Amino acid sequence: MVISQFIFYTLAAFTLLSSLFVVFSKNPIYSVLWLIVCFFTIAGHFVMLNAQFLAVVHIIVYSGAIMVLFLFTVMLLNLNKETEPHKPTLLKFGAVIAGGALFLIVIAAMRSGMPAPYTAPKMSEVGYVKNIGMKLYKDYTLPFEVASILFLSAMIGSVVLAKKERS
Amino acid sequence: MENTMQAVPQNWYLLLSTFMFCIGVMGVLLRRNAIIILMCIELMLNAVNLLLVSFSSYAGNAEGQVFVFFIMVVAAAEVAVGLALLVSIYRNIASTDIDILSKMKW
Repeated sequence: MVISQFIFYTLAAFTLLSSLFVVFSKNPIYSVLWLIVCFFTIAGHFVMLNAQFLAVVHIIVYSGAIMVLFLFTVMLLNLNKETEPHKPTLLKFGAVIAGGALFLIVIAAMRSGMPAPYTAPKMSEVGYVKNIGMKLYKDYTLPFEVASILFLSAMIGSVVLAKKERS
Repeated sequence: MENTMQAVPQNWYLLLSTFMFCIGVMGVLLRRNAIIILMCIELMLNAVNLLLVSFSSYAGNAEGQVFVFFIMVVAAAEVAVGLALLVSIYRNIASTDIDILSKMKW
């Protein structure tokens, strides 16, 4: 019991620390790198929850594709310097207070309306590739195919948007 | 190794993802660089993904994980379009500062 608890707390601490660093790093490159760390720790959480398929997909899609896209954009736009103008201090305080208040409200709502906790299963096997694949190709075939159309339109849209306009 | 779900109560996952989500909200409110705002939105999406996966695993129901899969699909498409928009904005005003982009503000 102790080992998995220890792993959970370590992963959670890393997740929270790296997401704080994402917000508070001055240099956008460091933000991107901390976000990659954050995504890896979330993949670790998925492994701990016995969701192997999602852990692998998370690493491939987020750390592989999305973060490379972010890094490319930051470097392409030459934003890797600490020249970001800052908001006035009053607005910063306001932002932090608003975030904290949201946290408190959500926690209070969860405390008052907490559903009966699930009895922890002996060994959850829903996250294995076999089960997810059966679910995906049996019950969710149509959304799966529609997702490919969404990807196609996103691809065409991003190419059209990023293309240089002829003037 | 022992089963995590018996060692860690699900409330901890609720707390963790709530905290992550609020950090994302704080980042959106705090920063002025549009790319970092997009990254904070990714952070919020990931907090919700973690919550869905934890509920799905604890309840022994695979539908939550299928849903997370589709969220990842939509997030990938969203990031591609968002970054393309940012590149074209940068080409026009040579900055990604959101406070300059205030023409749509009333």
